[in-house]
Amino acid sequence: MAKKEIKKLEYFTDWKYAPAPEATDHISLKKQYDLFINGKFVKPNSGKHFDTINPATEEHISSIAEANEKDVDSAVKAARGAYDKTWSKMPAKERAKYIYRIARLIQERARELSVIETLDGGKSIRESRDIDVPLAANHFFYYAGWADKLEYAFPNRNPKSLGVAGQVIPWNFPLLMAAWKIAPALATGNTVVLKPAETTSLTALKLAEIIQESGLPDGVVNIITGHGPVGASMVNHKDINKIAFTGSTGVGKWIQKAIAGTDKKLTLELGGKAANIIFEDAPINQAVEGIINGIFFNQGHVCCAGSRLFVQESVADEVIRKLKDRLETLIVGDPLDKNTDIGAINSKMQLNKINEYLKIGVNDGAEMYQSSCSIPKKGFFVRPTLFLNTSQSHRISQEEIFGPVLAVQTFRTIEEVIEKANNIPYGLSAGVWTDKGSRIFNMTSKLRAGVVWANTYNKFDPTSPFGGYKESGFGREGGLHGLMPYLKF
Amino acid sequence: MERIEVLKTYKIFIGGQFPRTESGRYYPLKLKNNMTVNVSLSSRKDFRNSVIAARGAFSGWSARAAFNRGQILYRIAEMLEGRKEQFLEELKQLGYTASSAKKEIEQSIDRLVYYAGWCDKYQQLFSAVNPVASSHFNFSVPEPMGVVAIMADESTALLGLVSVIAPCIAGGNTCIVLASESKPTCAITFAEVIATSDVPGGVVNIVTGNRKELHAHFSSHMDVNAIINCNSEKDFNKTIGENASLNVKRVFTWNKNWADENEQGPYYITDLQEIKTTWHPIENIGVSGIKY
Repeated sequence: MAKKEIKKLEYFTDWKYAPAPEATDHISLKKQYDLFINGKFVKPNSGKHFDTINPATEEHISSIAEANEKDVDSAVKAARGAYDKTWSKMPAKERAKYIYRIARLIQERARELSVIETLDGGKSIRESRDIDVPLAANHFFYYAGWADKLEYAFPNRNPKSLGVAGQVIPWNFPLLMAAWKIAPALATGNTVVLKPAETTSLTALKLAEIIQESGLPDGVVNIITGHGPVGASMVNHKDINKIAFTGSTGVGKWIQKAIAGTDKKLTLELGGKAANIIFEDAPINQAVEGIINGIFFNQGHVCCAGSRLFVQESVADEVIRKLKDRLETLIVGDPLDKNTDIGAINSKMQLNKINEYLKIGVNDGAEMYQSSCSIPKKGFFVRPTLFLNTSQSHRISQEEIFGPVLAVQTFRTIEEVIEKANNIPYGLSAGVWTDKGSRIFNMTSKLRAGVVWANTYNKFDPTSPFGGYKESGFGREGGLHGLMPYLKF
Repeated sequence: MERIEVLKTYKIFIGGQFPRTESGRYYPLKLKNNMTVNVSLSSRKDFRNSVIAARGAFSGWSARAAFNRGQILYRIAEMLEGRKEQFLEELKQLGYTASSAKKEIEQSIDRLVYYAGWCDKYQQLFSAVNPVASSHFNFSVPEPMGVVAIMADESTALLGLVSVIAPCIAGGNTCIVLASESKPTCAITFAEVIATSDVPGGVVNIVTGNRKELHAHFSSHMDVNAIINCNSEKDFNKTIGENASLNVKRVFTWNKNWADENEQGPYYITDLQEIKTTWHPIENIGVSGIKY
């Protein structure tokens, strides 16, 4: 049978997008931020502040306090004091009202928060405006409602709060992760010491201002900034009852070891290397969109990113052709531009790591394909990248890159793809694309992953539990199940 | 010369509008300040109009995201909080003491917030994935019943009303409520709160009038799915029960002391829910794949 000539899409026509930058004149940022302890902003003991920069321009935005062990201790003391004196004694329905207030204040200041999120972290304004910030507000709103309903969630168990929760969050969804951590902790009656990531502290500090405005009793939430050692001293602090960590599997393992033998409760939300599986009967165009969204959402800085693509052989040519075409249309550049699809890589360090993996992929013999788009001279950017002809043993198919890099494999049978998808230490999420409902449910029961998206990808909701199997961590965030890690029975 | 106060005409609330009763009838209500309010004595036709409005609003309201319904219930609480003073005055005119009025308003606000929280949670407690023996994915979820006719608590002006409307609409139903006959003014002012809280027109309809006259119509309407009487009236309840059988209405008698903090909970929502079970086949190949 003669192959039909397929007409290529043409991109050299003059269909350019005019710049559509989001205004930044309505936001207010201080030159320097201190630590938020016991309801007040206080100077760090170290007397030191470090720079936070805009990864899209490498320009200085503000200075952030570097906490040390003493600051951690005073934050924990403040949290313990607030727990003993007010928060644990307050009727649950009144506790709920404070959390509702925080949700409302985030909604009211959503625009400002999304601009700061984009400035500080590099993610596109479209995502911070439409995803991060509204989801953060909704998360507080959802968990506020649980505060006085815990007996219904866990009948006959008499659920009780734990005490002080120490929470360490990553830089990929700064405000959203703060919400995921703080909202359930408060709803269940705990007090909090939270450490945002050093490259993205600003929205957490803005949240501190919002918490002040909400009238939440002093010390119920404390936000301390700094680098890794701050998190380490939180983990090792004797008066913390609970550690919640989102970040790399390496650090997660270190934390699990560090708290061994103590009474600290732990939840870990760690790395992932999700399989996104395209069957031959899938709606191909939608699947291609799903692949793009799966791996290029938030520059691929997503623990549940669909970073391993499995395409059934019979449709592989078509999918890969369409994928390449779609790759060409992605707009990489100024995160503040409303048309931008892929913003800046969060930090120089992460950029180097991704570039290192690109080299590894090529050296291991995979075929690299990149969009021909131009990328800004300043700032940290990577072209969206596919690796074709990869195999299960390639490092780019096994290790979490945390960038806009997709490793593509093909498969023939359902047994084969289940085997390949599961044969990895991670188990956070997976994607399945097929027209056949019965196959979806087969796949959801066979895939060893905490979240399975069928004919969709990267969907999040406050009511929906999120978390991993195996080395992707344990405990769930979101939904009814997200209450459990903050309660004792 | 002293300024003369402008008095409010208390009308009824149907489909988001405030008409007077189509019957033109009224009953006088003497307030504590010796002023008289001419309350609408709603007719069967007013009720039937309300059912049309409620049925019309049902598909949209039940299809709203649960989270959105929660936001709207919370908004009602916000609006009510902002109009506390007005309700305080009105309750006093109906014979409440200042302290009992304050307590009733605050409890009403808190109850709205309480049910706002339930909007996107009761499903998680009352749904099930059923482990059937065959290769099927089988799950059951609650779904709203539809249009609910409510005869509100006679003894309270606001709290009894809020305590039944909130769980009813939290679960995605729409309703027609007959306000307390002796304390109807607050119910109409509460309708103004609802009208300014992003609640779509027709989701809540409030009429004033006579239970003796209306209970038979409330219970016999063929497009009403459930009926709640919040009063213990044995002879009415007999008629309601008999009429309900015409179209197999679900019948509830919620004769409660709504001031009791225990008279709230998800079961007031689930009473007004149906359970839907869905069967879906699961393909059964690749069993050997789970090795890791």
